[in-house]
Amino acid sequence: MTDTAIGVRVLRAGPLALLQDAGRFGVRHLGVTQGGPADLYSWAWANALAGNRWGAASLEVTVGGLELVAEKDLAFAIAGADLGATLDQRPVPLWERVVWKEGQVLRFASPVSGLRAYLSVRGGFAAEPVMGSVACVMREQLGGFDGLGSKLQTGDQLTVHPAGPSNNTATQQAPSGVRPDFSLEPVLSLLPGAQIAEFSGQSLYDAFNARWKVDERADRMGVRLTGPRLDCRVRSLISEGINLGSVQVPPDGQPIALLNDRQTIGGYPRLGALTPLSASRLAQCKPGQEVRLKATGSGAALQEYRAFRARIEDWV
Amino acid sequence: MSDKLPRLEPAGLDGWIVRLFNDIDEANLSWLAALANRCRTAFGDALVDIVPSYTTLLITFDPLSLSPAEARDRLMVLLDDLEPDTSGVAGGQVHELPTWYDPSVGPDLERVAGQTGLTIEEVIQVHSGKSYRVFALGFAPGFAFMGLTDPGLDCPRLDTPRQRVPVGSVAIAARQTAAYPAATPGGWNLLGRTCARLFDRQREDLSLLKVGDEVRFVPVSREEFERQGGDITPLEERP
Repeated sequence: MTDTAIGVRVLRAGPLALLQDAGRFGVRHLGVTQGGPADLYSWAWANALAGNRWGAASLEVTVGGLELVAEKDLAFAIAGADLGATLDQRPVPLWERVVWKEGQVLRFASPVSGLRAYLSVRGGFAAEPVMGSVACVMREQLGGFDGLGSKLQTGDQLTVHPAGPSNNTATQQAPSGVRPDFSLEPVLSLLPGAQIAEFSGQSLYDAFNARWKVDERADRMGVRLTGPRLDCRVRSLISEGINLGSVQVPPDGQPIALLNDRQTIGGYPRLGALTPLSASRLAQCKPGQEVRLKATGSGAALQEYRAFRARIEDWV
Repeated sequence: MSDKLPRLEPAGLDGWIVRLFNDIDEANLSWLAALANRCRTAFGDALVDIVPSYTTLLITFDPLSLSPAEARDRLMVLLDDLEPDTSGVAGGQVHELPTWYDPSVGPDLERVAGQTGLTIEEVIQVHSGKSYRVFALGFAPGFAFMGLTDPGLDCPRLDTPRQRVPVGSVAIAARQTAAYPAATPGGWNLLGRTCARLFDRQREDLSLLKVGDEVRFVPVSREEFERQGGDITPLEERP
């Protein structure tokens, strides 16, 4: 690591703030999970708006309660959830680049809409990668600022990479249409999987017509949805690899959408997998919120994903 | 669902599951290894991850480089004249895990003996008496699912998993065996503890055990276990 310096000090850690880059790849065969931002979409925009390239490490702030002070002049962007962020007690605009002067206190209060906010500082946070990534996975004790998978602690000193010259000085605010409205009921796109025909007709009708409630049992591993019981002729499979967004249905008939910190293999039948952007959207849902599922095709999903990546690429 | 194998099954926007077999068998491993090798070559930089498991491979790829249809077409070609990679299997590493079998670190020894109708000594003898193949890694980094254990040792998982299973714990469940690379919750029956370092972030290849490897548990005395750095702290069971 070169020329990194303390840029930010943690005055109050809050319940859950994690360092996340794009995730840990090439190690899934060792049982190591993916990690990375649960809401990839907002994470990518926070980095783009801060002037960082794809993959820079940001903070994923869940629920709020985090207080940070700048130890030198910085710039940042917050995208994703509105957690009532203030800078020296003045509201911070989201989805745009903001100047952060030395000594100013950035505070995340509590959720106004959405659940996870992404804080990208210009240059990106700096930490020693573990298996090619700084993505923090608490369960595996990997990544984060200490390499041991610790969430942010009060008193932590966070290092920041020096920012290169900005090649995007004019537009530092996300255009309209980029910013999701987290108050709308999400309709999550699901790519059907191999076991979809093993579900009863009634269950398939219910899967795509019922309103599914986000359960309290929701974290970075997976989000349990409650609603009508889904019956599958196959009750369990021989364990096999599980991709991001997979919606598995255990014998209790209540689906679980698997997110970034999921187990790498598992043996429950699956309805299919959420598209990457729908998994991102689900990660912003609070327990009790309702979502709907709709089946989609890989053509539409690919077009949507590539358009998102192209827009980010053009921005930086 | 069609029963014809091999079969490609969609796994999201950037993944395919290649199902080669229906049943767990050690002979599957050389076919899965061969396909994994071919995928690495054929996908090159577009490959993100390969997750081998008992009967399948999950292939994930970069959807900016390949569409799902393009990835499927590549996989179809690879499957066309697939041959088992017997060299890969022969090259699969052989490991001996020094294991201290004792009720203080294997608190389920006695119950397993009761359930299987064996004595504790016989349980140890049967478990350490054969070598196992690694079918899959998962659950936690470096956690290797190995099998198959002797039919006489067939034991179901615990009804209620333990909150914390100590690192190195050697366990069995449903004709499989494993050693816990880190302290995690766990529902398997604990027979003892190994001092082998199963997952080490400082080691280049991270996980001691890989899919296809061969593993034998070698009983050692408490003294030998300690001498090799094993932790003899008994498992504390909370009531």
